[in-house]
This record gives sequence, C-alpha cells and structure tokens, in this order.
Amino acid sequence: MGIRFVLLVNKQGQTRLAQYYEHLTIQERRALEGEIVRKCLTRTENQCSFVEHRNYKVVYRRYASLFFLVGVDNDENELAILEFIHLLVETMDRHFGNVCELDIMFHLEKAHFMLEEMVMNGYIVETSKSNILTPIQLLDKAS
Amino acid sequence: MNPFSSGTRLRDMIRAIRACKTAAEERAVVRKECAAIRAAVSENDQDYRHRNLAKLMFIHMLGYPTHFGQMECLKLIASAGFPEKRIGYLGLMLLLDERQEVLMLVTNSLKQDLNHGNQYIVGLALCALGNICSAEMARDLAPEVEKLLQSRDQNIRKKAALCSIRIVRKVPDLAENFMGPATTLLKEKHHGVLITGVQLCTELCKASTEALDYLRKHTDSLVRVLKDLMASPYAPEYDISGITDPFLQIRILRLLRMLGQGDADCSDCMNDILAQVAAKTESNKNAGNAILYECVAAIMGIEANSGLRVLAINILGRFLSNRDNNIRYVALNMLMKAVGVDTQAVQRHRTTILECVKDSDASIRKRALELVFLLVNDSNVKPLTKELIEYLEVSDPDFKGDLTAKICSIVEKFSPDKLWYIDQMLKVLSEAGNYVKDEVWHALIVVISNASEFHGYTVRSLYRALQTSGEQDSLVRVAVWCIGEYGEMLLNNVGVLDGKEPMTVTESDAVDVVEMALKRHMTDVTTRAMSLIALLKLSSRFAPCSERIREIINQQKGSLVLELQQRSIEFNSIIQKHQNIKPALVERMPVLDEAAYIGKKASSSSATLSTEKTSHSNSSGVTVSLPNGVTKPPAAPLVDLLDLTPDDVPVSSSSGGDFLQDLLGIGSSPNSSLPGVSQAPPTGGADILLDLLSIGTPSPVSALNTVPTSQDNMSSVSPLEALSTLPSPVSSAQVSQPSMLGSVKGTIDQSKQPAGVAPVMDLLDGLSSNPLSLDESNPLYPSIIAYQSNTLKIAFSFSKQPGKPQITLIQATFTNLSSNVYTDFVFQAAVPKFIQLHLDPASSNVLPANGNGSITQSLSLNNSHHGQKALAMRLRINYKVNNESKKEDGQINNFPSDPRCLCMLTFFN
Repeated sequence: MGIRFVLLVNKQGQTRLAQYYEHLTIQERRALEGEIVRKCLTRTENQCSFVEHRNYKVVYRRYASLFFLVGVDNDENELAILEFIHLLVETMDRHFGNVCELDIMFHLEKAHFMLEEMVMNGYIVETSKSNILTPIQLLDKAS
Repeated sequence: MNPFSSGTRLRDMIRAIRACKTAAEERAVVRKECAAIRAAVSENDQDYRHRNLAKLMFIHMLGYPTHFGQMECLKLIASAGFPEKRIGYLGLMLLLDERQEVLMLVTNSLKQDLNHGNQYIVGLALCALGNICSAEMARDLAPEVEKLLQSRDQNIRKKAALCSIRIVRKVPDLAENFMGPATTLLKEKHHGVLITGVQLCTELCKASTEALDYLRKHTDSLVRVLKDLMASPYAPEYDISGITDPFLQIRILRLLRMLGQGDADCSDCMNDILAQVAAKTESNKNAGNAILYECVAAIMGIEANSGLRVLAINILGRFLSNRDNNIRYVALNMLMKAVGVDTQAVQRHRTTILECVKDSDASIRKRALELVFLLVNDSNVKPLTKELIEYLEVSDPDFKGDLTAKICSIVEKFSPDKLWYIDQMLKVLSEAGNYVKDEVWHALIVVISNASEFHGYTVRSLYRALQTSGEQDSLVRVAVWCIGEYGEMLLNNVGVLDGKEPMTVTESDAVDVVEMALKRHMTDVTTRAMSLIALLKLSSRFAPCSERIREIINQQKGSLVLELQQRSIEFNSIIQKHQNIKPALVERMPVLDEAAYIGKKASSSSATLSTEKTSHSNSSGVTVSLPNGVTKPPAAPLVDLLDLTPDDVPVSSSSGGDFLQDLLGIGSSPNSSLPGVSQAPPTGGADILLDLLSIGTPSPVSALNTVPTSQDNMSSVSPLEALSTLPSPVSSAQVSQPSMLGSVKGTIDQSKQPAGVAPVMDLLDGLSSNPLSLDESNPLYPSIIAYQSNTLKIAFSFSKQPGKPQITLIQATFTNLSSNVYTDFVFQAAVPKFIQLHLDPASSNVLPANGNGSITQSLSLNNSHHGQKALAMRLRINYKVNNESKKEDGQINNFPSDPRCLCMLTFFN
C-alpha cells in the first residue's frame, strides 16, 4: 500500500476531509490528526514538504489556507506524492472552479467521489482529470 | 412526515457547526443531530436516508462515533437508484471497516452489483470491495473480479485490477489466478488500466516468487511501454509540465526495479531504457525530478552496469546541491541506499552532506545525520567528529539528543586511541552532558580507569571543563568521580602531556569544586551521592582539608533523601572515629574490567534482573551466618553472573587492599596484633565493629532501600558500599548480642534455632551434620562443599591465622554417602605453583557408611601471590569398597573470593 491516508485541514488545524486506507479507531484518528497537524503546520515555507512521523512519512503541501497531507509508506516516492497532491487540487479546481475550503465542506461527498476515482485502497487508479470527473458530472446531471 | 427526522438540511447542519465558537458548542450541535438521525433510523425513514448518511459522514470526519449509521449504508446500497447507491457505498467505505460483522451482510449486494449492467454501478462495487473487503469476502467474490478484469469497459478493468490487489493481499494463495490477466493488462493503451495493471503486477511479485519469475519474462513489454511514454507526443490529458504521465512512468520504473533485483539478465534488458530516462528527463520541474529519483532508485536496486551507476550517483550529486529542500531531502534519502552499493562515490559528497546536518530543516538534518553515521570510517572519523561536535554547540535543543547519541556511538566505535576518545567524550559531555545516556558516561569511566597514563591529564581536563560547564550533569558525575579517585594528581601536575599547560590547583580548590557539585540546586541524587563519596576519598588524600570536608559531609545528614542522609552519617563517623582504617577504606578503585563491562552492557537486561535477585536473597538470609554482615557467599554467584572469574579481577596489590579482611579480623579477634589495628585499644575493636554495623542499620527500611538505590546509582564506587548495602534486620539482631562475636559456633547455633533462616541451614549443611571444633577458626569465609558425587561428599571450612592473610587453613570433612564402608581412604590434593600445600594426617582411614561418621583432615595453603591470584585445587580420593579400589577426581574453583570483588560488582550494578 502506497498511500495510507489523505487529510485536508485548514490553517486552524480543523479537519475538512479525511480518507484512511487502513483502519484506525476514532481515538487513534483524532490523536494522529492532532499530532501531524501540529508537526506540519508549524513548519516554514522553505522547509521541505516531508515530515517523518512514527513509521511513515507525511507529504504535505499548502494551498492558501488549506493543507493537503498525505501519509505514505517510507519507500514511497515523495516527489511523486507531491505531484499527486497537485493533481488532486487541479481536479477539484476544474470541478469547483478555484476550489476553496467552503466548497469542500459543503460538497464533502463530491470531494470524496473525486478522491475515490483517483485512489483506491492506497493505490493510484487514474491520473486523467476528465476521466476522474466524468462519473461525477454524470451524477450532477442526473440529479 | 416525522417531525424529528426531517431535521435540518445538510447545508444547515454544516453552517451550524461552522458557527460554533467552542468545542463544547460543536459537541452540542452534533449531539442534537445524532439524536435526530438515530430517531430517523429507528423510524426506518426512507425519504431522508441519504441525507442523514451524508450528515453522518460529516460528523464522522469531525471525529464522533457514528456506528449507528452502519445499517443505513447497507439499506442504501440495496436500493435501486444510483444516487442512493452512490452515497451508500461512500458511507460503507468511510464508516465501516473489514472487522465489522455487519460487512458480511453486504456481500450479496456487492455480488449483484458486480454483475450489474451499468458500468458505474459495477465501478462502485469494485471500489468498495477494493477498499474494505475481508478475507472471506475476497474468497467469495474473487471469481467475479477475475471476470471483470477482462471486461470491455476500461474503467471497470482498472478498478478490477486494484480490487485484485486487495484480494491477493487478503488471500495470497489466489495470486496465481491473477498472474495471467495481470500481464495482459500491461499490453493496454489506456493509462488508467496500465497504471493499475503495473501496480497489480508489483503486488503479485511481492506476494509470490513464482509471479516474479513469470513477470520477468515480460520485462520487454514493460520496457516498451516506458519507451513509448518517453517518446509520445504531447498528450494534454496526461501531461504534467511537459512530461507524459509521470505517475505511470514512476510505477513502471518501480516494477522494473523489482524485476531486475538479483537478476542479471533481466537487468540487462532495462539498462538502455534506464540510461535513456536518466539522461533525457528534464530536471527543472518536480515531475521530472520525481521520475529521475525513481530511476536512480531502480538503478541502485538492479544489477546495473558501472556506467549506469555513475550516472545515477551524478544525478544524486546534482540533487544534493539543489536549492530546493525537497530535492535535497530525497537525495539524502537515496544516498543512504547508495552507500551499500558504492561507498566511495558517496564519500565524495561528504562535505555537502555534513552541511546538511546543520540545515535549519529538521527532516533534512535527520536524514543527513543518519547518512553521516553510515559514512564514518577509521580514516575520516577525526574530522567528521570534530565537525559534528562543533555543530553540537549551536544546534537546536531538540536535535541535541539525536546528535549526541550519534556522536557518542561514532566515537565509541571508531576511536583510534584512548586519549582521543577521552578528549572527544569530554567535549561532548561539556556541550551536551544533559543529553547523554547513562551507558555513555559509565563506559567513559571504565575507559578512564583503564588509561592509567592519562589519569592526571583527564582529571585536570575535567576540572577545567567543570569551571565552564558545571550545569551538565553527566560531566559533573564523571568529574566528581575522577577527582575523588585521582584528586592528588590534580595538585601536582602528574603526567602532564606534551604541549599541555600545567595548572595550579590547591587542595581547597578541588574540594570547592566537589562541594559546588554537591550543593548546586539542580544536581540530582546520583550526582550528590557521588560527590559525597568523592569528598570522603579526598578527606584522606588531602589531610589538611579533612575537617572542612567533614563539615560539608555533615551538612547532608539532614537530607530528605535517605540515601544521602545515610551516606553522610556513615562517612562522617568514618572520618571522625576511624582514622586508622580510613586510608585503606578509601583506597583508589582497582582498575575496572573493560571486557566485563562490555559483556555486561550486552547482556545488561538479564544480568540486572538476576543480580537484583541475588542481592535480595543476601539481605534476607545468607548474611545471617556472618556476624559482621559482610556478604561473601553471594560474591561467587555474582562473579559467575558477570563472567568475572576471580582471576580476571584486577586487584591492586597494596597492603591496604585487604582492609575488609582486616576490619573483620578486628571483630572476630579483638586481641589480634594486626599492624593496622594495633593502636586501637582491645575493647575498641569490638566497638568499631558495632559502630560500623549500627551505621549500616539505621532502620530495616533503609536497609531494604539502599539495595536498589545503590545499584541504580552506579555510585557505589566505594568499598564502603558493601557495608551499607548489607545490613539486614537480622544481622542487627545478632549484633545486639556482642558475646557471640568472637565465635562462629555461636552463630551457627543461633542459626540452627527456629529463628534461623533456611538458606543458612543449606549453606552450612556440611557443618551442622558434623559437629566440628571451630572455636579457633576465623569466620572470614563460609564453608563450601568442595566436592560431591553420588558416593562421597567433601566439605571445606576455612580459617586464617591472624596477621597472615596469605595462609589459609582448611578443615576438610569427608562423608560417605553410599551404603558401603570405605577402607584405605586416602585424600590427595594438588595446587598451582604459587601455592604451597601442607597436609596433616587424616583422623582415620576408614569411612563408615551412610554418613554415620566422617573423617577430618587439616590442610594449610600458603598463597605466595595473595591478593592477586585466587586459590585453586585439584583433588584425588582413593579408597576401597569391598576390597575393590575406587578413585574419584575433582577440582575446586569456588573458593570464597576476596571481598574486594564485591566492590567491583557493586560498581557495575
């Protein structure tokens, strides 16, 4: 498994989206989110985007007030994950049009649908934005 | 419509939650919403089911329990409409996991949906299965997934491929079913199918070597895919900053690495393409660098040719000098793997790596430090250590712990000579003594103790370091220990090394330093305890300061810490009342045994446990047999435990070394004319003993306490510790009957009484069954069973002539354990050259059967190397049973050892 979890938090450290690909109890999740958010959010712009936490790495990237944090195995290609985060953001941008925190909050299920089309069980499924968005657009049209 | 379940819209709930100012408010909102949803669940409300589930997902994301919504997911999945199914499956993946039994209920719905005509519904089912399926479900649904791998729709094929990964992970024996379909996926054109197919193949290779061999045959097709990708014209859908689908390229490179690992032929196939990727990929964008990074990893992983390796190392070199921290981080990460492949090439970047240790970024520092650690060897240890220690001065406090640990292990592992080791360790201790682990300074003390030529230099350096870095605890401890041991070298510039300034230190300066260490408010108990011992030692070395030292020690007698209070009172009375024995008591420690320490370190955990046990048994019973409360019996087991045979223990040959024996001699024969005691009035001897014992037993509680503390402390460097650890309530009871001090017999009788403790009986077994005349004997040593077979038992009891420690008198007692009478019984003994043996005639040459009597025989041993070598003896016994000659041989190594072994051991505890 490459990706262990994808987290989206705002500047205040509030979780806005969380998808885990390994099972954690609610207590474990809260603890983990607290720890890594504290670790990542205190880092400055010119420090590198990788933080070693417990037995895995967190690759994170900041977009305005939103932090995208991806937990990966130690042997994962960190630069590729960084690129993946960017792809996720671009996909959301294409759908929402300059995505912001509120878009994700109020359309949480759509954000999940997109992520679901991109990552499954910790592996990358699809990297083409239009392929990712097609099912979601169909759903929009239907409703 | 139910008034409760209608509740608020999802949007309104999110607004309400956003508006919350405090966590408590948020909890209140969530509680209210959850109550409404529970009500709706129990009403089986259908209209708002999917809205409720969407709310639950939001609540779940916030970190609240949502188990009551699990059944709702199942209901939504079972419904016919796509939007309901969509949200149901999402809920299933978010709210449930494979461990929940509810999940089994969904197997049927999944099976139906996998066979559905609509590709999106099939996709949903595959996705859910791939994310959360359990082993059982994997077995049940594997045939469906296999079928879907050949589906006409590419979106289904790609999801089926990832779903297969989960199935193979859960049930590895299914791997072979997927091998064929997986390789056909590699021939696809659709990128989604390709990337998932490549990942499936990677996973299969991990799961079985069979699959690995099988896939190696398809290396060519993988290489072709990669080549096509590199050469492909601009593909807007997959283009990332001018590179076509870097994600796919990276996954292929990763699979290639796996295939090439340990397979030269396969590696050959991919050499060209790897070289091409390494040379042609643009490195000005992150995507390109990601590919290069993976490519280097592949080259390092496979059996690449040397040209390719050079190319890879050069890329890493470029990465390392990149200004982007992300790139430098991955470079350091990869260089760690490269060290194993080509150390020389990595060594070339040493200076850059060393710079990275000083980076402001914690992630980079950590990687760089680990890399430096791998790069250290005998030739570069000096400059590297110098750099690291210099950096230690300015590093962040939270990095110092890691850094000192690494420096210490480098210095310990690679130090070319002792002087350098001592110097470096002193620097580390002065800079970051508070971050150093205990083992480190323990090891340092052992090394210092062994480096006799540098004692003077070390103690002066420590004295100097203490002036500037008095706040570093472990530095203070080492310094205090050394000043206590080698204090006099501080004054007269003994052993000044070339090029070092001599310095002038007065006696009172040295005392000042220790006093400061003792009184500094930050100092912990261990350091204080060590300071007290150092002061005691100094009081004998610096006679003029003795009175001042006594006062300093006396100030601690009101200490709230029992350990310190006890030491203070004991030491005070030693200084005041026992001038005659003090010099011998505070002798310099014998050289510590390095080999034993290292061995101890290796097996520290188990050893600590068992030593504790042994010493526990000391205090409870064994000591009872010895009126003066010195545990000698346990010395032997302890020695065994630490692999210190008495021979290995380096013992100083000075006369004062035997102080404990002397001390005991006083107690047992007050009229003796030992040189050390001659000044004391005859009655004073008993007094001293009483005093010493009463010191040791302020209360039963303290007696119990001191055992663990002194072990923790390491500070039990003084032989005195042996006294302070031993006192037990029982021994104090005996002391209260001074009449028996002179006679062992009394003690034995005492121990035979019901009050006597069982172990003692065992110990003295040989004695109690055979009434002996021990009146003359000195209770210095316990008796031993020198030899025992099925037929014969030989017990030795020992005594010493006052004033002649080198001569040991042995009373041997032979007991027949068989049912036949032994005739013509002859006992012979052989000893090493340094011992002279004298055998007196035996009491008889007939040994009655069944232990109904015994033969006794006296031996005297004169050990010309007394204090340096331990006694040893071989035995031969000849006798006749029913006129048939018998012979038995034996060897005795367990002669009770010198009391000084004890001090050594307490130090190591």
